[in-house]
Amino acid sequence: MAKTPLQFSHNGRDVAIFVDGGTNLLVALRELIGDMTPKFGCGQGGCGTCSVLIDGELHLSCLTLAETVAGRSVETLDGIKDGPNLHPLQRAFADNFAAQCGYCTPGMLMAAKALLDRNPQPSRAEVIEAISGNVCRCTGYEPIINAVLAAASGGRARA
Amino acid sequence: MTRHRGRGIASVNYPIGMNLGGDPSQALVHSNPSGKFTVALSSIDLGQGMKSVTRQICAETLGVPVEDVYVDTADSDTGPHCMGSFASRGTHRVGNAVMAAAREARGVMMEAAAEELEVNAADLETDGRGNIHVKGAPHRSISTKDVAIAAQFKQGKTISGRGIFLVPLSDVDPETGEMSPATCYAHACLVAEVEVDDETGEVDMVRMDSAYELGRALNPRLVEQQLVGGAWMGVSHALYETPEPYYPEPIHGPRDFVEYLMPGPGDICPHDIAVLERPAPDGPFGAKGPGEMCANPVLPAVANAIFNAVGVRIDDLPITPEKVLRAIKAQGGARPQPRR
Repeated sequence: MAKTPLQFSHNGRDVAIFVDGGTNLLVALRELIGDMTPKFGCGQGGCGTCSVLIDGELHLSCLTLAETVAGRSVETLDGIKDGPNLHPLQRAFADNFAAQCGYCTPGMLMAAKALLDRNPQPSRAEVIEAISGNVCRCTGYEPIINAVLAAASGGRARA
Repeated sequence: MTRHRGRGIASVNYPIGMNLGGDPSQALVHSNPSGKFTVALSSIDLGQGMKSVTRQICAETLGVPVEDVYVDTADSDTGPHCMGSFASRGTHRVGNAVMAAAREARGVMMEAAAEELEVNAADLETDGRGNIHVKGAPHRSISTKDVAIAAQFKQGKTISGRGIFLVPLSDVDPETGEMSPATCYAHACLVAEVEVDDETGEVDMVRMDSAYELGRALNPRLVEQQLVGGAWMGVSHALYETPEPYYPEPIHGPRDFVEYLMPGPGDICPHDIAVLERPAPDGPFGAKGPGEMCANPVLPAVANAIFNAVGVRIDDLPITPEKVLRAIKAQGGARPQPRR
């Protein structure tokens, strides 16, 4: 089958790749662009670790056909830091021990960023709602919820 | 429909590591000419923080800043042998091996420093900030970096150490079978409070309160992280997850994350944890380790809480709404037990 040319913005940089029909965005990002920050968890939208922002909205990249992002802006965990400085959410995750094995962390951070971008001062219930599509095996969620709340309050609050 | 509250308690006496084959782990420590140290291990950090803890143990034993120690783990081709990361053994077994290796490396480092300062090694001490000086005379000092350079390029010495921790094999009494399967035990007690819906059989966690005695907590935040997260793995085993819900019949098993149930962020409840530190005589700096124990007491405590709430005793995990409902029906309705 002929490959399709595809152009989109990846963390603010224009990229052009050729994809097979039916390629999902996760595969395009990891295998064709080399951005390994979105993880492959279940491949069917059940775990959330492949989460990315498309035009600022949270999407599961494993369930998104790559061709649908043509001309759009895709943001992954790789793009949220500011040069050598971690994003406030990344800093808060580290300070609050919100990662253990780390496999869910990219998806948790993107879900949290999507929340804080539209609601900078969320309640605890809103944080829980925002990460409810993401599965974590290690942390018991509590440190993740606390990290998001801490990032929202400027990184000062703890637990 | 009524929702019944119930409270259950469970305690554990948990052996650290196992006795099989002496349960050994090895560690190698060496300095680089930069004065930084590398710890080589085959032990794996699964996210529980073993890399951080062995780094602390090595730095403390060597008497150097923790920033000067790098831990290289999880390559069994190049690292010294380790039994593995399981049985709550990492901090205790691997930590002891790292401590032994660091102690030997420290001996060589102090000898090399003594040669440079022209004093007796027994008269030297480390300041924990990267310097070695004569006791009582801090101005007669040399940095660990300069010692490492001197050892490498002048003295022809490797500042290195080997460490192993091996539990003495316990003899088995041929008459009674009695033996001592472990040298070190941690302890915990957990109280679970649940709410059981007698119409749907659903069990909600209301709160947990626990106390853990796990030797000295070498890194209190890592211990807390283990206890908070591990409790939810326990809840998950108690109430949700199984690959074979109708065991031994292999039917209706989950096929993916949607069907394989685990708690989500909306299912969690407050958990108040007290950590009691009673240093273990044979642990590195008195540590035992939280490990598996952070999940274990949750299962019986939840089962007991369900009995306390509706009077049904379910001894088959996970305690699904179906099992709770069938048991309530079999006894002719919920029978809340006296609240303790």
